Amino acid sequence: MEQLTIKTYCHIKNNRICINGELAFEYPEASSMHDFLKKAFKHFKPGYAKFYKMDDISKLGFLASEVLLQDKPYLAYQPEDTGIVISNSQSTLLTDAEFQASIQDDTNFYPSPSVFVYTLPNIMIGEISIRHGFRGENAFYIFENFNANFIADYINQLFLSHKLKACIGGWVDQSSENYEAFIYWADNKKDAPLAIEHTAKEIERLYNLIR
Amino acid sequence: MAFFVADNIISPLGFKTADNFHALAKGYTGIDMINDTKIYPEAFPAAMINSNNLDDAFIELASKEKYTRLEKMLILSIKDALDKTKIDPTSARTGIVLSTTKGNIDLMASDRQNSFEKNRVLLWKLGEVISHYFGNPNQTMVLSNACISGVLAIQAAAMLIQVGKFDHMIVTGGDIVSRFVVSGFMSFLSLSPKACKPFDKDRDGLSLGEAASTIILSKDITGKDDIKFLGGASANDANHISGPSRTGEGSYIAIKKVLEEAGISPGQIDHISAHGTATPYNDEMESIAIDRHHLNEVPVNSLKGSFGHTLGTAGLVETAILLEEMRQNTLLKTTGFSELGVSRKINVISKTTNKELNTCLKMASGFGGSNAAMIIQKA
Repeated sequence: MEQLTIKTYCHIKNNRICINGELAFEYPEASSMHDFLKKAFKHFKPGYAKFYKMDDISKLGFLASEVLLQDKPYLAYQPEDTGIVISNSQSTLLTDAEFQASIQDDTNFYPSPSVFVYTLPNIMIGEISIRHGFRGENAFYIFENFNANFIADYINQLFLSHKLKACIGGWVDQSSENYEAFIYWADNKKDAPLAIEHTAKEIERLYNLIR
Repeated sequence: MAFFVADNIISPLGFKTADNFHALAKGYTGIDMINDTKIYPEAFPAAMINSNNLDDAFIELASKEKYTRLEKMLILSIKDALDKTKIDPTSARTGIVLSTTKGNIDLMASDRQNSFEKNRVLLWKLGEVISHYFGNPNQTMVLSNACISGVLAIQAAAMLIQVGKFDHMIVTGGDIVSRFVVSGFMSFLSLSPKACKPFDKDRDGLSLGEAASTIILSKDITGKDDIKFLGGASANDANHISGPSRTGEGSYIAIKKVLEEAGISPGQIDHISAHGTATPYNDEMESIAIDRHHLNEVPVNSLKGSFGHTLGTAGLVETAILLEEMRQNTLLKTTGFSELGVSRKINVISKTTNKELNTCLKMASGFGGSNAAMIIQKA
């Protein structure tokens, strides 16, 4: 039976970026996630000015997708067959706090549309879709902790009902204390060098690979 | 197969689906001028639920726990929908999907921060509060995908029933009119100074609203009035994060995919419940997507002129009304609409009439370039 398999995956956490479990970039001296992402973005040189206007969590998800898709596996798929399903725990809490600070007082009232739009977690999905022209299924889910079972079931069912043939799945989270991104690319191509079953067990294993 | 077996709407127009339906049939709107400087420094139009009415309705359900305004709305909504069924919310075979954009965002205000524990503002926590109230043993699946969340949540629930993960799914959603959201839309200059006018030539922006809504799906048909889920799909414009595609691309793709999944030709669609926010760009974009599928003659309505835009719950509110339209074989008019103001000729309903309704299409679009479409049919 035709099935999805994971072809590549990316972790960003603790000021390190790993591709398929291998260290690709690190900047241990980073003063913040923001600082780390800026440095990492320059390192990978994607040359995409829109990156700088994104909020920090969109930057995190976007950078992870840039690293993940360096070999352009999506070129084999139609835009409408390529989906994105991302999850996290905090939604856009830090950007929410930034917007809240701008509307707290009537005397110091300066709401900005460019901040407000990023108070929706799926904007990150929009940014990645715009970058690569992906026009398939979208969903952003919130769970207390990474829920590999749900992500696997949800994406597999979209695949089985012919709504996608390739997909980015994973977890991109940022709190005031910490951040982490784990995203993967899964598609229905056979005979790839790295083809990991798209099951909850394997997704959970990959998620925990980098501590 | 998944069947729609019960539903509810908590809105300024009523606390039951039937009350809301009757209010819409009479052309009532829940949108009124709001003078509350805690929400916004100037007066603005919005559809807000009277807090006293909400508290009165909640008294019967009150426990020792303290709940936020949104939680009260959600609990009332789920309770009313569940009461119409024999479904056991404490069963592991019953799942909950919660659809919301901003959840308890009002707790972020500096004067509210100590009223509840800090993590109450988090969306998964809101899901947990709901599952605990009803004694549901499963983790609530919280969907936050801008204004398509409601339609997408129904799609997710139907999918989980179809693969046998659950026998019954409680799909609930809610969003409130808060200082956060009003200020945000004001900064975008997307709010109309008056009650919004979907698809109208004089439309000049949206009106916000607040509501909770619940739709219960089940693997088993329960009665002759049941309506079944035939398909659902989402698609991204891949064009802009805060404006719709000029060609209606994402919406067009979502409709195309859902027609394929449902095995339905455009000619079989009896009625379209559009997103119809009444912003110049959204309604124009939807008219293009409808036109590209040659659905020009199909009666279309938008309910935003009555409920305002209820964000993450809009898709649920509008689906609950669509289900009632099908049961009553009634096409509800588009409140606020008088003369077509989109470039493509589409059939916007200006007068409530009777029509046999068997197969209907629901559309939704939102920030992030997201679009969704769903087809439902009488069982």
